[in-house]
Formats: sequence, structure tokens, C-alpha cells
Amino acid sequence: MTAAAVDTAPARSMLDQDWRKLINWGLIVALSQVFIALSNMPVKLDDRILLEPVLSLGYLSILWLPAVVGYSVGKEKMLEGVVARAKGIADIFAGALVGLIGGGGLSLLVVLIDNFDLRDPLVNWSPQTLEVLTFDGSVASGVLIWLLVGAGLGAVGGALLVLPDLARRVVRSIALVLLAVSILESVIRDLSEKPQLEGVTDWIYFIRGGLAIKGAIAIAIVTAAYVLFGHARVRETRASFQALEGPARTKANTVVIAVGGVLLLVLPMLVGKITNELLANVGLFVLLALGLNIVVGLAGVLDLGYVAFFAVGGYTTAVLTSPNSPGYSPELPWFLVVFVVVVLAGLSGLLIGAPVIRMRGDYLAIVTLGFGEIIRLLFLSDWLSGWTGGAQGITRVPGVQVFGLATVRGTDPKAVFYLVMVFCAIAIYISWRLERSRLGRAWMAIREDESVAEAMGINTVNVKLMAFVVGAVLAAFSGAIFAAKVGAVFPQSFIILVSIIILVVVIVGGMGNIVGVIAGAVVLIGVLGGPSQPGLLQEFSEFKLLIYGALLVWMMLKRPEGLIPNVRRSRELHQDEFLQDAWLKGELDTDDDGGEVAPA
Amino acid sequence: MVIAVGLTAFVAQQIDPDNVFARWANPDATRLSRAGFQGLVVSGLSQGALYGLIALGYSMVYGVLGFINFAHGEVFMVSAMTGMIVSRKLAEAGHWGSEFDFAFVLSLLLVVLVATVCSTMTAVIMERVAYRPLRGSPRLIPLITSIGVSFFIQSVSLVLLGSGPKAYAPRPDWIQNRHSFLGFDIKGSQLLVLCVAAVSMAGLWYLVERTKTGKAMRAVAEDKEIASLMGIDVDRTIVKTFAIGGAMAGIAGVLFGLLFGSVTHTTGFLPGIKAFSAAVVGGVGNLGGAMAGGVAIGGAESLGPQTILEPLGIPGATQLKDAVAFLALIFVLLIKPTGLFGERLSAEDRA
Repeated sequence: MTAAAVDTAPARSMLDQDWRKLINWGLIVALSQVFIALSNMPVKLDDRILLEPVLSLGYLSILWLPAVVGYSVGKEKMLEGVVARAKGIADIFAGALVGLIGGGGLSLLVVLIDNFDLRDPLVNWSPQTLEVLTFDGSVASGVLIWLLVGAGLGAVGGALLVLPDLARRVVRSIALVLLAVSILESVIRDLSEKPQLEGVTDWIYFIRGGLAIKGAIAIAIVTAAYVLFGHARVRETRASFQALEGPARTKANTVVIAVGGVLLLVLPMLVGKITNELLANVGLFVLLALGLNIVVGLAGVLDLGYVAFFAVGGYTTAVLTSPNSPGYSPELPWFLVVFVVVVLAGLSGLLIGAPVIRMRGDYLAIVTLGFGEIIRLLFLSDWLSGWTGGAQGITRVPGVQVFGLATVRGTDPKAVFYLVMVFCAIAIYISWRLERSRLGRAWMAIREDESVAEAMGINTVNVKLMAFVVGAVLAAFSGAIFAAKVGAVFPQSFIILVSIIILVVVIVGGMGNIVGVIAGAVVLIGVLGGPSQPGLLQEFSEFKLLIYGALLVWMMLKRPEGLIPNVRRSRELHQDEFLQDAWLKGELDTDDDGGEVAPA
Repeated sequence: MVIAVGLTAFVAQQIDPDNVFARWANPDATRLSRAGFQGLVVSGLSQGALYGLIALGYSMVYGVLGFINFAHGEVFMVSAMTGMIVSRKLAEAGHWGSEFDFAFVLSLLLVVLVATVCSTMTAVIMERVAYRPLRGSPRLIPLITSIGVSFFIQSVSLVLLGSGPKAYAPRPDWIQNRHSFLGFDIKGSQLLVLCVAAVSMAGLWYLVERTKTGKAMRAVAEDKEIASLMGIDVDRTIVKTFAIGGAMAGIAGVLFGLLFGSVTHTTGFLPGIKAFSAAVVGGVGNLGGAMAGGVAIGGAESLGPQTILEPLGIPGATQLKDAVAFLALIFVLLIKPTGLFGERLSAEDRA
């Protein structure tokens, strides 16, 4: 669109509203807030202070809703040919109304909890919930506060629409940076310890956790200054970097990778044990996600039984290295066992893959899910307990002996992190090379259209099986490291949930994009945590599954290509829109019979 | 091969646990009593009827929209949970007797009604929020979405109602005791499950084959575009499909509660996957097939461990019953991918 097309119609008057839409959204906000309140999130997360003394994570879990919905309810879908309206008081009013209805829902809940006892089915229908919801005051004051706060935040959300673009960006950046700084508190404090910068963190943060007001204001000012003055320059640099081609680009890439590598090498030395443990967990899931990315992201084979190969790797390592292995215990060194793991994982990938790979994509998903569960049941059963220890698992798995130099075990997360890094580097290299190989192109062709790929002479069955096996081997690697890291394997470590969480990581990050997948693992596992590993927000452990589920649905609805998408993949998913854009620009040959416009 | 050897060994052990072949397969073989075998058959049948009821929802949605609604098992769980809550509340109010009489049947009907309404609403909201915006996207996208929906609903139940198994109100003695029926030794709850499943199935058959709504559903399953040209409201019909599937899962949920007496937030997962297997085994889109597939899967998981694995000397064979059910699914998909009774899908989905 050219600049001339940004004409705006005059703003609506205050009462010119789509009332039905507002009330619907208000009720949705109310219901969601009541649900969050009854899910015990406010109580459980209340101890985690974000902004001393104003805001805890518990209250944030409720309060973000009216602001976000108040903002989005005034947003209009921009269709071609529709003239945008100027934003005005009507939008602020709409946001306030939505927030008010939401606050009304909470107020109703407060009154109900005060008067009725529904504790039998609803476990969190409790005095503690009431206490948090009334801000330790009386019921009447609680009701009043919720109504006011709801309307106020909704209005703030609506007011964001009225602000000019730049101001909105400043506000959004400040909110995000403040949130990030308060979530990352433990890591930042940890980092500041070695270079003797504790003075700075003590100034920014409150003693018992949470940002101090003065720190928050300072950070807000810095962020605003950056957005206003520094942002343009950074963008220029990035653009000129992306414009590089040929040898210059390769050189620049090498520099970036080298700097990143050095940073990663130095990072564990600067931080303490807990942060290192977190880094090691993240690394493990990066490795797992890279493997699943090959299967799901490149080849488009939805393998939900991915955890089966993780388990095969873990158990093989445990049986062959642990002195406690009940059936057969040769106590081999870890680096020797890794070769056995590769062979076994490849074989089991072939064994499971060969019968199922011919099935329709969705059947394959469920059948592999079934296999994932079967493998866990087998490890748990009496039948194999002579080898695998049944529910007790196998304990005393020794660490990794690095050529007699050092032993890497779970008690030393820094070493584990380095070990994981080595394997991640290998996995990244493999993925990167595969993506550009003949095999990788065959995978992508199958992902886009299997029949056409077959017509082009690709042996789809064999090629898909290859993806399955490569994914299996990478998962088994992680299993081997996992066993050495934890020092034991139990059937409970290999539940289906592991597969699902890795799938969420891959999808949220961006299917088929190596950088995206790594970013997804770092953000999700780092902040929320893995299936049994705590993240930065350890208070979330009970709600992890809830958030992962909601995130998966939301991503699929709003942005199926992920946060950092693979260009080709996102084109496949938005084929209709791409064709439409091309048609609007007159790039598409419309003399044709229109066959191109048909969806895949 | 394994199945053949296992079955032969089973037969040999039935004839005489001491013959050479039987001893070779499993040195500790014992003979399965007639009553024991009957018990397995009956529990397989009643479990299978449950799977069949759930499978109808999978089958109908797959027939109409061409994707696996993975969250359908959670619809079943929602109903089982609601049934638990309502039955407990009724028991508190003194309307849940210990006798299996008319008053009890009335309160049971109330439980079924409330639970079915809840599960139907869950299914309909699910369609509206998560699946309708995705219509026409690649096949795997709605499947992944439904996995997200499934785990979301599971954890909603977890955070609202807490973890750990939750017991139904104590069931009347008639339901818990064994009765002799047509020469079979059968528990009251199992008999109830079989009867209710048969009645629901008949009702569903009437709805789909004899009413206008059913005709519209079949038309939409065959070809959405043509159906809409014929004046059928496709969106409404799809909602109805979800609603009917949800209602069937709702009935199954309460029956599950009566059969086992307690539920957890993960109750929907395994029955859901097995019911999907049942739908596939019977032939997706084929309603009679879904029921038959359910009975087949239920029978396989009930009889399989005792008649195939146990005779081969595998200890703790009943622990592997879930594995047997999945293996049955894989086996059927390998030899007859369209299911035992044939698929009924639209032309585009068949491709």
C-alpha cells in the first residue's frame, strides 16, 4: 500500500459501539479471570514479587487479561479497500467496558466465595483465594477494587490504540523489558557476582526479590531511550548485514558464530550452580528439539512417540554403564556406549518406523504415540524388569569419563553443559548440512506435497524413514546424556508429555528453522521448565501443562509457522494469502484457469 | 507368528497344562478356568462397548472434517468428572440410594443428563474456538491443535479439581455385585454398560439414517461444497456432529464412573487413544464399524494378555494390556488400512 492509502475515517463517537462484541469479550475476560482465580495461580504465584511492593506474579496472572483484551477489542482487521478509522475516546471506552465486565466477574466470585462453600469439587475455593482476591481487606473493598482496576486497565489497553505508533512501541518495549528483567532476576544476580557488580543489582532489585521502584524507573528510561534513539541504528546494521552476499556474508556469519561460541564457553564460568543446571537442561532440550525438528519440521512426519527413542538411549546407557543394572552389567565407559546407543536407536527407529511410515500422516501420529506409550510400559513391566528394574529403574549410572581427564556427572552441571554443547553443535551441524543436501530437499518436497514428490522420482517411503531414523538417533543421544546427568533412569522420566513438550518447543520456535527451534527451547524450557525440570519461574510447575497446552492452540490458530519461521514453511501454510498478494500486485498470471488459487 | 504360537500354546495348556508343548512355552502354565475365561470375555465386551461409544465421536468427526480430534478423550473425561461431582452432590442431598430402585434410576438419569450436557458443550465450544478457524488448513494443523486442546482440558481439570483419583458416590450393591444372566456371570455395572451402549447405538443409528439431520450430516461428510449448494448449513451440521459425538462420549463417561468408581484428570487419555484405535479398526466414518471396533479392541486387551502372552511365559502379562491394544491397532492398519468394515470418507479425504 502506498502512503496515500492511509486515509482515516473520522473517529467514532463514544456510544457508537458494537455492543454485542464488547459484552461477549467482557464475558470472556470475566470467565477467564474467574478460571485463573480458581486455578490457584494468584495464591501460588503471589510469593514471586515482580515489582516490589506493587505487583506479584500472582496478580499479574489475572491483570494482564483486561489490558490485553481492552487493547485488542478495538483493533480492526485491515482488509483491502477498507478505510481505517481514527482511534479515539470510543476505543478507550470500549476497553474500559470490557475490563469492567471482567472485574465484575471477579467481584461476583469474591462475593460467592464469601457466602457459599464449593470446596468439594473446586479444591481452590478457599479462604486463601478469598484473601488474595480481596487484597487482605473486606469483601466490599475487594469488589470495588476489582471493578475499578478492571475498568482502569481496560481503558489503558484501549488508550494504547490511541497513542501514536512510536509511543506505543515505547510502552510495549518498556513492559516487555521490565517483565524480562524481573523474570531473569536470579540469572542477572548470578551473573553480577563474579565481576563484583552486586552493587548494581542490589540497587535494581529489592532484597527479598522483585524489582525496586527506582530500578524499574531507571530501566524504563533506558529502554525508552533505546527505542527512541538506538533502535534505528541497530536496524540499519542488521539490514546491512543481511544485504551482504557471497564470501563477505560467509565471513560475517563465521564471526557471529565464533563470537556466540565464545560467549557460550565463557557463560557457565560466570554463573553459579543453579543457573548452570538450568543451562544444562535447556541444552538437553535443544538437542531433543533439533532431532524432532528434522522429523516434523523438515520431513513433515508428525512423530509423537519421540520420547520412545529418548528412553531407548537412556536405558541403553544405564544398562551398559551402571553397576546396578539388574540383568547384564558390563560397566562400559560412556563414550563406548554412545556407539551402541546410536546403533540401537537406529535399529529401533527402523523397527518402529518401517511398519508405520506408509500410513497416512495423522494415523502415523497416533500410532507413534501408541509406541511411545508401549515402550514405557515395557520398561515398567515385570517382563523386562529383570533388565530394566521395573518401577525402581536403574540407579548409580556413572558420569561420562572424558578420556581419563575428567568425569562429567550430574553433580557438576557446568561440565554437563559443556558436554551438551558439544552434542548440540554436532546436531546443529548435521541439521544444517542435511537441510541443504539432496535428502533435505527431498524431505521438504514431501512435506509440501507427497504425491508430487513421488512423481518427481523421490522414494517417499525410504526418505521419510531416513528422517525418522535420524530423529531417533538424535533423541537417543539426549537420552544417553540424560542418563549420565541424572545418574539414574526411571520409567516416569519417559512419559508421553516429554514428546508433547518437545513438540510445543519446535512449533512455538518455528518448525524447520534451526535458530527458531533453539530460541523456542531456550525461552520455553528456560522460563517455564521441562516436563520435570524447573525453569526460571519454578512457581509455574503446576501450571506448566496448562500453559503449554494453551500456547500450542494459540500458536496453531494465530501463527502456525512459529515465532522465527522457516521462510518456505510459512509460505506453505499461508499459500492462499501469498497467492492473493501476488494477484493483487498483478504478479500472478490470471489468464490461467485459476488452478493456482486452489488451496493445497 | 507370535500370536499363532501363543494361541496354540494357550489351547494346548487348556487341554492339559502338562503336555510337552505347553511346558515348552511356559513351564508354570496353569489352566484358565471356564469362569475366568467368561469373566474376561464379559469385561472385554463391556470395556469394548465403552470404547465403541467414544469411538463414535472420533469416527463421525473424521468422517465429516477429515481430522483426528485428539481431544475427544478429554470430552469423555469431562463427563466422567461431572458425573462424579453430581453423584456426590446427590448423595449429600440424600438422593443417591443404596438400592437399585426407581428413585436411583431417576437420579442416575439426572447424572447422565448433566454430564452429557457438559460434555456436549465442551465439544461444541472446542469446535467453535479451536477447529472452525482452521478449516481448510493442512491436515496435521488441526491434529496438533487438538493435542493442545487435549492437554489444556486435562490441566484445567487438574488445577480446578486437584490431582489424585476422585471417587463416585458409593454405588448400589446391585451394580457392584455379580449376577447370572443368560448363563453368564456378569457384574451389574457391566450389564448396565452393555444395555445402555446398545440403546445409545440404536438411537444414534436412527438419528443418522432416518432423520433429516442425519441426512445432512451424511451429505456434509460426502462433500461439503455440494452440500452447501443443496441448502445445508454446513457450519451448523458440523456443530451438530460434534454435539452428538460429545453426547455419546458423555454417556460413556458416566458409564465409566459406574464401572470403575473413580476418575482422575488423566482418565480420558488412554480410553481416548484406544477408542481412536477402535474407530480405525472398524473403519473410520463407519458407525457400526466403530462399535464393532470398540468391542474388538476391548476384547483384544482383555483376552490378549491371558491367551497369548501368558501362555508364552511372559510374567505380569496383564500389565501389558494397553500394549496389546495398540499392537492390535498397528496390526489391523498393516493388513487392512481401511479398517475391518471399510471406511466411509469423502472423496478428498480418501486421497
